[in-house]
Amino acid sequence: MSTRLDVKKTYKLYIGGQFPRSESGRSYVVNDAKGTFLANASQASRKDARDAVLAARAAFGGWSGRTAYNRGQVVYRIAEVLEGRRDQFEAELRAAEGLNAAKARTYVDAAVDRLVWYAGWADKIAQVTGSANAVAGPYFNHSAPEPTGVVAIVAPSGPLLGLVSVVAPVITTGNTCVVIASEPHPLTAITLGEVMATSDLPGGVVNVLTGSVAEIAPWLASHMDVNGLDLTGVADPDLARSLEEAAADNLKRVRRPGVEDLLAAPALDRMTTFLETKTVWHPMGI
Amino acid sequence: MKATAPSPGATTFAQETASDAALRRFLHGLPGVDQVGAEQRAASLGTRSIKTESKRQAIDLAIRMVDLTTLEGMDTPGKVRALAAKAMRPDPADPSCPSTAAVCVYGDMVGVAREALGVSAGSTAGRVHVAAVATAFPSGRAPLDVKLTDTRDAVEAGADEIDMVIDRGAFLSGRYLQVYEEIVAVREACVRADGSSAHLKVILETGELQTYDNVRRASWLGMLAGGHFIKTSTGKIQPAATLPVILVMLEAVRDFRDTTGQQVGVKPAGGIRTSKDAIKHLVMVNEVVGSDWLDPDWFRFGASTLLNDLLMQRTKMQTGRYSGPDYFTLD
Amino acid sequence: MPFEFEYSPAPEARTVVDIKPSYGLFVNGEFVDGNGRSFKTVSPSTEEVLAEIAEADEADVDAAVKAARRAYTRVWSKMSGAERGKYLFRIARILQERAREFAVLESIDNGKPIKESRDVDVPLAAAHFFYYAGWADKLEYAGLGPAPQPLGVAGQVIPWNFPLLMLAWKIAPALACGNTVVLKPAETTPLTALLFAEVCQQADLPPGVVNIVTGAGETGRAVVGHPDVDKVAFTGSTEVGKAIARTVAGSRKKVTLELGGKGANIVFDDAPVDQAVEGIVNGIFFNQGHVCCAGSRLLVQESVADDVLTRLKRRMSTLRVGDPLDKNTDVGAINSAEQLAKIRELSEIGEADGAGRWSVECELPSTGYWFAPTIFTGVTQAHRIAREEIFGPVLSVITFRTPKEAVEKANNTPFGLSAGVWSDKGSRILWTASQLRAGVVWSNTFNKFDPASPFGGYKESGYGREGGRHGLEAYLR
Repeated sequence: MSTRLDVKKTYKLYIGGQFPRSESGRSYVVNDAKGTFLANASQASRKDARDAVLAARAAFGGWSGRTAYNRGQVVYRIAEVLEGRRDQFEAELRAAEGLNAAKARTYVDAAVDRLVWYAGWADKIAQVTGSANAVAGPYFNHSAPEPTGVVAIVAPSGPLLGLVSVVAPVITTGNTCVVIASEPHPLTAITLGEVMATSDLPGGVVNVLTGSVAEIAPWLASHMDVNGLDLTGVADPDLARSLEEAAADNLKRVRRPGVEDLLAAPALDRMTTFLETKTVWHPMGI
Repeated sequence: MKATAPSPGATTFAQETASDAALRRFLHGLPGVDQVGAEQRAASLGTRSIKTESKRQAIDLAIRMVDLTTLEGMDTPGKVRALAAKAMRPDPADPSCPSTAAVCVYGDMVGVAREALGVSAGSTAGRVHVAAVATAFPSGRAPLDVKLTDTRDAVEAGADEIDMVIDRGAFLSGRYLQVYEEIVAVREACVRADGSSAHLKVILETGELQTYDNVRRASWLGMLAGGHFIKTSTGKIQPAATLPVILVMLEAVRDFRDTTGQQVGVKPAGGIRTSKDAIKHLVMVNEVVGSDWLDPDWFRFGASTLLNDLLMQRTKMQTGRYSGPDYFTLD
Repeated sequence: MPFEFEYSPAPEARTVVDIKPSYGLFVNGEFVDGNGRSFKTVSPSTEEVLAEIAEADEADVDAAVKAARRAYTRVWSKMSGAERGKYLFRIARILQERAREFAVLESIDNGKPIKESRDVDVPLAAAHFFYYAGWADKLEYAGLGPAPQPLGVAGQVIPWNFPLLMLAWKIAPALACGNTVVLKPAETTPLTALLFAEVCQQADLPPGVVNIVTGAGETGRAVVGHPDVDKVAFTGSTEVGKAIARTVAGSRKKVTLELGGKGANIVFDDAPVDQAVEGIVNGIFFNQGHVCCAGSRLLVQESVADDVLTRLKRRMSTLRVGDPLDKNTDVGAINSAEQLAKIRELSEIGEADGAGRWSVECELPSTGYWFAPTIFTGVTQAHRIAREEIFGPVLSVITFRTPKEAVEKANNTPFGLSAGVWSDKGSRILWTASQLRAGVVWSNTFNKFDPASPFGGYKESGYGREGGRHGLEAYLR
């Protein structure tokens, strides 16, 4: 009796709703927790980063222009699809990061729940962070949040939840993003890309790159068509500083790295960092 | 640029005034007026600081622009005679004080006013004019033939100027052509036997029109129909003349001249009681339409109590001390 | 002979201000000498030297930061919000009481018309203190968490275009939130900040809560770079803003930047045209165009462009350019010789690029720094005067055909501070406002400011908001 041979997945990038290989043709070895070969991940290049920014920019108008209700539904849809694939993600996390079953389940469940939490914010954040301003004159004056634009994210290494925690708040409010997955643990990020690709999320809203943070992140940090930079996953303070310096070229909104308990309940700050406040004045008269 | 006075039913706008629908399209096609912006512009011009020589000149000009007015049920020949005397010599103690532009009375007092002013036939140049309100002033609520008779009577009695009221009810219900045709008819009723014509001021009663969009439309209506002047108010309705209303009307006469070459005068009436108010109006005329309108032929103040305040300020400028009401005649 | 209405001079009395021959730094509640270096501040309308001003070096800045830290630790962070608020209310009242003095001094030192310093700068500065005074004991209601905390010492660097008002925008929220400040006014306009120091003394504000260090770029760099500063707030050029962003990279310092702009003022064919013309004039000639949120690009619908330009030129011809202290002056002096040179240079480039230049014919004073109100027509997106901030009374006129084109052109800039929309159609205004990538959109109005209204930019116009509830966020954690 012969045993069946596994069909192995080729992990590629997720750009513009497609799953291309790195244009550089490079890949790097991803090992499991025990150091055994797990898979080859695409090693994205600066040109992949450029393509991802182009895709994110192209998607921004449509995504930010959708109603908040619709964006909330799409993010909730990601949660639904992820829920249906909990077993697969648990297995991946156990294999890739050596988590036990209970811990893997905790992180996957938390990731689903976080998506649900943010999905509900889509049509409420403006009510909480916006305002009607009582100015001293005959004007209707109100302030409302708007998405910053294209946000580049260096995701933290937390199992699945890390990626979800940094991507969900950014896209729920209407931004699009280019996210560099955890360098040692990139595979679940690409599988999450598969979830997003089948969740009514328009192509280009989330673009996932795998590879070397030190190689790719500077290109995103200095990219003049990127509006925001989330450095949560940058562990090296020197790299973080140089990325923040590069971000100054076009005054990107920067979220600095910091210690964070991913499982703890989030606050609004991951959304508000990448929101602009627009204030509109209009006279009131007859 | 010296412009000619308008003629009734200015031919430039024959199409626009051909039907109610066409007139509505035209008037509603005029640029809108933003209330807040217009009021801020007026307030901003109101902060101009007019001092010393410029103030002296402005006060004398304002005196020359006054239509000294009495429009009361209790008007008598005695009252009108007193008014006429005041108009000719506002400050009996100072012969250098100019006379006012006109006295403004009800039609039945035209004869008394003329006599008191010593008017004989001939040119109006250099003398105080007699203006009469007509057309069932102030409400305008009378049949057209009554209004026309009212007008003709005043003109026959020797009125130099007729201050008519538009039919605000017709205007507000959108019957613009009716308003237009009525003004045209009154303008024709102003024609004297010798072919000359009394000058027609068209009172919009802006306090009843409520919006600046309406003020602009009514201004154009009055000009299209051949009014020589457009005038804010009867003085019987509040608010009467306000700076933003005058601003909108001045913009209208400016744009009308740009379009047709015809110059139309503006008369605020009612509520202008102080020299400061009057000077604010002159500043507005100066900065919105320019010096062409800084002349009694093109800008008037319909007022009664304003004149004494102008005289008090004038005396203050001359003597350097504040004066008091006892030193000016109550008429 | 038509009557020519010439307004006689109506100068505001200069005697209400007492300018000292020299000024020190305001550190720890007292005026101190500093290291001894100094610079001169000049009246831009006359080129008269007004005073010698101490120039703070690193050691002086360090002393100021130390004073601020001490005041923060020992007094201000321990004081209840209600008591902090009462100090701010006091300051607001004193600003109102001494409004005339501040207005005259501002016009002398800055060159702006007294009409504006009197009716805009000073009342708004007082209003800003009133507004944030009321927040001081209500911060837990600001939606920024149940127990928001101050950051510590704020280093603040402000520009010369609205010296006192920008000071108020910086100091009022900082103090309300429980921070102490070291503020550097611009080197060409230090006088009202130094007079404000006197206000702090009259208000009995605890020493060290507000420190004012005068100087130029070096002093500013020392403030921003000081390791014991927790928060940096800057208003000024985009270039300096970027340098600051680089300086604070990798630090704990929280930053807000309010930088340059190239605001589009969009006039649709159904605009209330006379008010739109006023808005265009106010948008670019207010404060000599030294306004980061100026409507320096007029985007006018092609079908009404000729009419709008005719009206605009006629209106511009009534602008009164001259003595800032004359109550009838609409456009005052350019703030400095350096700024004047920049405006001239960019205007010459505009001409060389082929745009049509038209300036108001007016007699400019023979001394001082002056530039006649100017518009450029036939400007395209490719012209430098359509892209670069001129920061002067110079308007670039660009036409468009459709609302979509208007929005595309308006957004086609690295800046994103302000925009204007003029139309009588409500839905078009709301659509346009929603499409504009700008932090402040004025519809059927322009250049309106209020302490309750958040202000700040998108993109390279900076980040963070000043004013309103949003303005608290910059000073709390």
